[in-house]
Amino acid sequence: MIKKIFFQLIFFNFFFVKEVFAAESGGMPQLNPEFWISQIFWLTLTFGVLYIVLSKLILPKISANLELRKSQIQENIEAAEKHRESSESKLKEFENIIQKSKLDGKNIFKDARDKVFKDINSKKDILEKQIDDEIKKVEQEIMVLKKSAPEKINKIAIETSSELVKKLIGAEVNNSSISAIIEDLSKRNGNKYYGN
Amino acid sequence: MAANPMTQFEVYRIGPVIKIGSFDISFTNASLFMVISSLAILIIFNLGSKKNSMLPNKIQLLAELSYAFVSKMISDTAGSKAKPYFSFIFSLFMFVLFCNMFGMIPYTFTVTSHIIVTFILAAFIFIGVTIIGFMKHGFGYLKLFVPSGVPIVLLPLIVIIEIISYLSRPISLSVRLFANMMAGHTMMKVFGGFVISLGIVGGWLPLSFSVALTGLEILVAFLQAYVFAILTCIYLNDALNLHH
Repeated sequence: MIKKIFFQLIFFNFFFVKEVFAAESGGMPQLNPEFWISQIFWLTLTFGVLYIVLSKLILPKISANLELRKSQIQENIEAAEKHRESSESKLKEFENIIQKSKLDGKNIFKDARDKVFKDINSKKDILEKQIDDEIKKVEQEIMVLKKSAPEKINKIAIETSSELVKKLIGAEVNNSSISAIIEDLSKRNGNKYYGN
Repeated sequence: MAANPMTQFEVYRIGPVIKIGSFDISFTNASLFMVISSLAILIIFNLGSKKNSMLPNKIQLLAELSYAFVSKMISDTAGSKAKPYFSFIFSLFMFVLFCNMFGMIPYTFTVTSHIIVTFILAAFIFIGVTIIGFMKHGFGYLKLFVPSGVPIVLLPLIVIIEIISYLSRPISLSVRLFANMMAGHTMMKVFGGFVISLGIVGGWLPLSFSVALTGLEILVAFLQAYVFAILTCIYLNDALNLHH
């Protein structure tokens, strides 16, 4: 039943479509001159106003905005370029400074080392000389002492031996005889006592 | 009844009858959509040019892209000499585009589907271009009708053809836009009518057609505005740079 109604609807619809096309014979409203003057008038008015406002107020602003943005971007790019260049030159400068300071440091170190070595050497020389002098002096003194030592020892030996004899036997002994004995002993055994 | 696909093009009075002398200049639905289109353009571009931020917002971007688009179109077709006419071509392009686009909204009126409107625009362009041509080149502008390198025998024929083609410019320009708009809208109306008359069972096919046509018509609306503007540029180019 429902199917039948649907098919009928579709079938009759074609009749309606025919009616639609039949009503079309009215022609084109565009060719009816009733409102032509009105349309021309309003077109001139609206388009004229549109043109004047756009050309005098809005488009110059947009153009200025675009130009401004363009120039701003250009400026920024230039500034960035400048900054980059300056930073690069700074970097180079910095590297140069580092290089130079490294070189300076090396030189200073070398100089200082040389000076210190020189100082040490000269001081060493002086010291060695002094030491040599001292040694020589001391050696001379020792020599003198060495030379004078046997005589003094002999003297002491004579005195002590005379004292010893006096205390042992209680008699005075002639100094000359004692000295002769000591002289003889020291001559025989001198090397045993004073030599090295 | 809305069943007639041509009723959408009917012009009717809104408000009282206004007369200047014997001319009826009453405010009609066509006038209404002219005003709406112009106002929409002015509002959008005013918002788009109000403040200049380094990073444009959407509406500013829209305004600036349109500006660059029209600017490029003019410089490509008519060269740098056409710069003083930029505002006119920009307004023209925007006006036609907005009228076409507003026509795509259901129950609206398409201003550019009326031959009188497009013809007035085209005639204005034609007269303006002719005046510019004569002002720039004097009577040398007539050389436009005498192409170089044509045999003397053929010259009279060629000149006649050139003159006819030159004089038919406003007609072709206006009829192209008007016919495209009218045909598209009529077709959409017819398919819309089929949807109603074929009902829920058979109406799907014309409905899908209607949807596809809507997309096509939006494309046509843009394309016809573009063609209108670019042909104006080409005519202007003829007047500014006499190549023949």
